[in-house]
Amino acid sequence: MSDIITNILVCGTGGQGVMTAAEILAQTAIAKGCDVKKSEVAGMAQRGGVVTSHVRFGKKVWSPVITPGTADILVAFEVAEGARWADMLRPGGIAMVNTIRLTPPVVSAGLFKYPEDPVATMRAAGVTVYDFDAGAIARGLGDLRLVNTVMLGAIADYLPFPAEDLEEQILGRFRARKPAMVEVNHKAFDLGRKAARERAEGAQKLAANQ
Amino acid sequence: MSAAVQAKAASRLLLSGNEAIARGVWEAGVKVAAAYPGTPSTEMLENISLYPDLYAEWSVNEKVSLEVAIGASMSGARAFCAMKHVGMNVASDAFMTQTLAGVVGGLVIAVADDVGLSSSQNEQDSRFWGRFAHVPVFEPADSQEAYEMVKAAFDLSEEYNTPVILRLTTRVCHVKAMVTVGEKGDHAVKGFDITQKRWVMTPANAKNMLPKQIAREGELRKAAEVSPLNLVDAGSDKRVGFVTSGPAFMHVRESFPDAPVMKLGFSYPVPVDAIKAFHATVDRLVIVEETEPLVENELKAAGLQDIHGKDILPRLGELTPNVLIPAIYALRGEQAPPTSTYPKYEPFPRPPTMCPACPHMGVYYTLSRLRKRVQISGDIGCYTLGAGHPWNALDTTISMGASMGIALGMDKARSEETKDKAVVAVIGDSTFLHMGMQGLLDVVYNRGNVTALLLDNRTTGMTGGQHHAGTGKDLHGEEAPRIDFAKLVEALGVKAERIHKVDPYRLPVLWKLIRQEIEINEPSVIITDRPCVLSEFYGKLKPLMVVDDKCTGCSNCINVGCPAISVRKTEVIKRDGAPDIVKKFTTIDTAMCTGCDMCVESCGPKAIVPAQPVAVE
Repeated sequence: MSDIITNILVCGTGGQGVMTAAEILAQTAIAKGCDVKKSEVAGMAQRGGVVTSHVRFGKKVWSPVITPGTADILVAFEVAEGARWADMLRPGGIAMVNTIRLTPPVVSAGLFKYPEDPVATMRAAGVTVYDFDAGAIARGLGDLRLVNTVMLGAIADYLPFPAEDLEEQILGRFRARKPAMVEVNHKAFDLGRKAARERAEGAQKLAANQ
Repeated sequence: MSAAVQAKAASRLLLSGNEAIARGVWEAGVKVAAAYPGTPSTEMLENISLYPDLYAEWSVNEKVSLEVAIGASMSGARAFCAMKHVGMNVASDAFMTQTLAGVVGGLVIAVADDVGLSSSQNEQDSRFWGRFAHVPVFEPADSQEAYEMVKAAFDLSEEYNTPVILRLTTRVCHVKAMVTVGEKGDHAVKGFDITQKRWVMTPANAKNMLPKQIAREGELRKAAEVSPLNLVDAGSDKRVGFVTSGPAFMHVRESFPDAPVMKLGFSYPVPVDAIKAFHATVDRLVIVEETEPLVENELKAAGLQDIHGKDILPRLGELTPNVLIPAIYALRGEQAPPTSTYPKYEPFPRPPTMCPACPHMGVYYTLSRLRKRVQISGDIGCYTLGAGHPWNALDTTISMGASMGIALGMDKARSEETKDKAVVAVIGDSTFLHMGMQGLLDVVYNRGNVTALLLDNRTTGMTGGQHHAGTGKDLHGEEAPRIDFAKLVEALGVKAERIHKVDPYRLPVLWKLIRQEIEINEPSVIITDRPCVLSEFYGKLKPLMVVDDKCTGCSNCINVGCPAISVRKTEVIKRDGAPDIVKKFTTIDTAMCTGCDMCVESCGPKAIVPAQPVAVE
């Protein structure tokens, strides 16, 4: 194992499954023999607040938190949260963003504005963003809770271990608890992976044209 | 359930610090464990309760939890007590004298500091208690250390006849890291020995104990000097060396992998001689401590003047790599490497909100309607959110139970301007039992004019829903005696006719009742009795919807503050010589709505109705 530490920041809002996604990433890294630290800043997250989880793994992990500017991957379960945490990425890091817009009461009451296009803001800052509607994929498969698996599928090709290891970690959990959900999670994982690949190819084409 | 409960010895698991401590407590042969919930400490007792062969309880407050642990220790059992930093303020009366008397069974008190204030009213450095009470302090830096140190703390406690503080921070409690667990040991309970007179702390006895306590501290200092918990990593880059403890050690190692580091696990009494020896091996010494300069000041007092600490580092918050790196580079006279590539972007905030159908919303909606006529002393719990949007109906939050005494003080210190304002105190069920009862008694005894709103949602909500003496269940979820709040406040002296129980979902009833009671010049208590929507006692009803062509855009329902209600459309009506009228037409997220009907009660045109089942196409 190399000395390089992988830093993944998972972000979203309370109740979106940020903690679960981070736990699955951590368990996958453990299965690969890594040292792992997973830090949660939930605070009052249960009440609709911002939620982040820092996942760090490699040969030996010291600090439990990702230093700003060193995250390899940002997994954003919500688009404005993606923009909020994009400065955590290292140069060349990837923001994998679910395009759902969750409006808090302070916005719906008119005290604050929800940004027009958070993805454009991120891109204007030079961030590599792969954005897609994970919720639409999940709904298409009949269960909005599949967003979690879709997002993990989306980052699966950007991890220092094979995508199949992450998928096996997810399916293994369902095999133990809800065997009926194994097949649909397999599909969700594949569709997430495909969506990310399409966005990545699109981004490359865009770069080639410029 | 934590995987650690069933894990065999030598298993390697991903555990939070709190889960790791629970395992360590069980392995150490603890017989009695007690706590009152408080972030970030709560999960210690929740996890301990899952292990067999020990007694674990939610106590009514931290002082009682420590007293339970002290009684068990006096009786020869190993005992454990956990609390958040502010809990130790409550427990400190028992603590400060118990440390004089010592222990029989090992006694470990885990105190969790919320460095960075993720969910607390202040930031305290609990390492002070070690100095104040002359007891040793252990500081783990991650889950493995937390697990190992809690076990070592029990041994030290018995060896030196002293309680031990296990000082934690949020980054130990709530970080998951790899832990290799071990075997359960056994410690037989000796039982209480009535021939021992040392527990009766009369002045004469206490005077005899004081020299022993001072001598004990001297012995502990010697132990700290040679403790294997205080580690030196010699490093290769001698320009700057570090003395540090707790998670700050991890941040130092991350930031300066080649630097010499002395890590204090047994951090009080401070091993001054060992640090002096380390100091001699480095060019400059920096003390990195979260959060106060305790070790730094003690080293300076011991003659080490040429050291750095809070002259270059902040005295608040976490000392993460992005804080450490620029400070240390500046000390070396160098330019720090650039940190972030991408600019920081701050969209709208996402303040915590109450849950859909939260019974507290009915109370704050009503108080917001009386805003000009009341001053509102608040307390600690989910209902502290009443200070925020859209209610702005809470004026103070200081400490657990403080709403009562503060209300009385406000009542007794009125000005010409505030003489006609009613004083209202708002407190939750768990907080009332924790420390509010005494305050209400003081209000009654001293003829205060306070209307107390006791929001009984049958749980300890903010910490994630723990049972207490008013829920009818114990830490294990088993049936337990349930206090009757109406009888309790009557016993405290509130007149029976001034005690009311009300359903907070019935807004007009609540409104009339609060208005009636604030007009009466004596103490009253209004008890709301809807359970927390996240508790097992809550029954979800049928969701609601807004009939678009009936909605007049009055925004009453928005002002209830339910996150399931949002604005669908805004219309601004311009008026000559008068402010614009803003109409907000609303919609209800049927998936979030649980049908509590509070918005229905707020709606004049009756535009909110049960949602029809959606026809399948």
